[in-house]
Amino acid sequence: MSVNYNVLGLIFASMHDSYVSELTKQRTMGSIPFGGRYRLIDFPLSNMVNSSVSEVGVITKSNYGSLLDHLGSGRDWDLSRKKGGLHLLPPYSQTGGIYKGRLDALSNVWSFVEHSSAKYVIMANCDVITTIDFDPILKQHMKSEADITLIYGKAHYDCEKNASSTVLEFDENSRLKDVLVTPQISGECNIWLEMLIISKEFLKKIVFDAASRNQFSFTREILQGKKDEYNIMGYEHKEFFTRIDSIENYYLANKMLLDTKKRNALFKKEMPIYTKIGDNGPVKYGLESNIKDSLIADGCVIEGTVENSILFRGVKVGKGTVVKNSVLLQGTKIGNNASVTSIITDKNVEISDEKVLTGSETYPLYIGKNGKI
Amino acid sequence: MYTKKRVVAMLLAGGQGSRLYALTKNVAKPAVPYGGKYRLIDFPLSNCTNSGIDTVGVLTQYQPLVLNEYIGNGQPWDLDKMNGGVHVLPPYETQAGASWYEGTANAIYQNIRFIERYNPEYVVVLGGDHIYKMDYSKMVDFHVANNADCTISVIDVPKAEASRFGIMICDDQNQVVDFVEKPKEPKSTLASMGIYVFSWDKLRKYLVENEEDANAKRERGEAWSKDFGKDIITSMLRDKQRLFAYEFEGYWKDVGTLDSLWEANMDLLSPSVPLDLYDPSWKIYSRNNNMPPQYIGDNANIENSMISEGSMIDGTVDFSIVFSGVTIEEGATVNYSILMPGAVIKSGAVVEYAIVGEDTVIESGARIGKSPENVENRDDWSIAVVGHNVTVSENKVVEPKQIIGESI
Repeated sequence: MSVNYNVLGLIFASMHDSYVSELTKQRTMGSIPFGGRYRLIDFPLSNMVNSSVSEVGVITKSNYGSLLDHLGSGRDWDLSRKKGGLHLLPPYSQTGGIYKGRLDALSNVWSFVEHSSAKYVIMANCDVITTIDFDPILKQHMKSEADITLIYGKAHYDCEKNASSTVLEFDENSRLKDVLVTPQISGECNIWLEMLIISKEFLKKIVFDAASRNQFSFTREILQGKKDEYNIMGYEHKEFFTRIDSIENYYLANKMLLDTKKRNALFKKEMPIYTKIGDNGPVKYGLESNIKDSLIADGCVIEGTVENSILFRGVKVGKGTVVKNSVLLQGTKIGNNASVTSIITDKNVEISDEKVLTGSETYPLYIGKNGKI
Repeated sequence: MYTKKRVVAMLLAGGQGSRLYALTKNVAKPAVPYGGKYRLIDFPLSNCTNSGIDTVGVLTQYQPLVLNEYIGNGQPWDLDKMNGGVHVLPPYETQAGASWYEGTANAIYQNIRFIERYNPEYVVVLGGDHIYKMDYSKMVDFHVANNADCTISVIDVPKAEASRFGIMICDDQNQVVDFVEKPKEPKSTLASMGIYVFSWDKLRKYLVENEEDANAKRERGEAWSKDFGKDIITSMLRDKQRLFAYEFEGYWKDVGTLDSLWEANMDLLSPSVPLDLYDPSWKIYSRNNNMPPQYIGDNANIENSMISEGSMIDGTVDFSIVFSGVTIEEGATVNYSILMPGAVIKSGAVVEYAIVGEDTVIESGARIGKSPENVENRDDWSIAVVGHNVTVSENKVVEPKQIIGESI
């Protein structure tokens, strides 16, 4: 694959942080650990790199220490470059405070976007997990001469279970007809994956126009407000995707990776998901270990029983301990003869010998970072 | 302009590893996979970084493609430096003609100019085929404290095995008085580990002398050699130079043969073997291949094994080392074996006491190796080996001790 200098990627690392306030207490949406060895930002970032995008700006808001630590110079994504590469765009108080919306944020980082030689801009959030090739979408965008191309996926939407979703409707020519934010409906809908392609020139126009009117919400002002005026088109992403919009859905999204079909849709050989290298040893299974249907990252040492669970890097499970239906983040240590069911442990949680902890599938028990039980 | 480096390491990685047969057909020995996610060269390179040595010359000659690609710019070992870093040094052509490396001493001799750029006080000479964790800086300190010209790292081996090694005979001050290569009746049990610290001015002098001496012998039609143990150490001893033995305590394993490679892997599963790959203060670094975590299926049965990223396990695995991207299907059995990256073990296949090479496929019903308890002549038993990129067809059998380099 060759390098495409014509496209700039912009990732919103903090969009929708509040949906998973437990996990974003000390981090951004982008730096939430996922799938055993990843952080959510690895997915949009790898998708861009795998689509030949060579220049990516990451827009952050607050709490971005863990994100800086994760991304470093961008080397692990092959984005430590002289031409293009990775750029972290922390907020600076031009507008006096923190962004209220996408347009607001874009206005704040506009000098970076302006500086890029790219003609097109791809935008993505971190709360949508999918593996996607932007190349065909870019081609469609150019061919259709759309002002904006929105990327959506078909999925069952339930207003009771999904904290927030933007539902799109298109006419027979794939032109945007209606935009509903968290409608009170249930059924199969076109869910906006909060990814889009736009030309830099057009983006500049709407960002400056919005700034002059003190508008900040892209969805409200542009998608809903200008859908008849602008040529806004859709592109259906037909592959697996999931969204993190609550701690329950975070738990379920991790557990979805136990489904081989979904896992293979996310981790494709030709489109690897890159992440910060941890230099852990292989997983070590002890004499009495018993493992079923689980996803286990390097550096784990397992001497007990693990079923239907996701174990991140460096998790330790002691002898006689039973772990079921759980998501154990990096460095979780569980002693001997303990039993945990349907729990989420954040980083470096320690659970001592003989403890019994039980959550439920619909309401997993969450134990915060560095917690000792 | 080069910054002065107190210590430069030279890693001898040109060996063919002919006793590893099928595993080194297209791969230099230091690039042979070990321990679930490493290659042999990860150990000396990580030891260098962890010891604070940031300038390493890697001398390559035999089948260098995989090794060169693996080392790359040295970034996984933190050896991508503005000054120093890791440099792959193959043989090259000069106005006087081209020549291969004619022995370990000659390989360093041909790269004197590389070493001199850094104007070092000490040169550490390492091999690329040993498994151990060692702080070379302590050995350099020992060398300095003894005002030594050369320090040789030694390990105390069982008397019965001493005749397999180069043996150092020392006085009570650890000064080497004699060195015998593979003695029939060893006078000591201190075996050379092939790790040397030299004061550079001394090493340089002896390299030049050995080169001139050996070339003169060759012209006269006499036997000649350009070897570290055989020539440099012997000459220095003859000249009453100060040679010291630095005794290493810890795990050290030479993986020169298929049996020892298998054993060294199995050692990782033994709680009594002091080689900790999980110590955050002395990590062994390796090049990562961006694979998702391993998935263990509903039918899996895993005990006492090490398994790496990207693997899909749905069969039975016991006492085995499984590298990244390996597939073990439902109903397959793997015992006491090493499965190298990308190996596929199909349903119903049985792999026991065996090494299976990279990207090799073992089809259903095939049987590789056997437990020593299940063979008639136990003395004649050995592990079975299937090389890289090979397919073993359905129901085929690879007997213990058999080495397969082509598809069957």
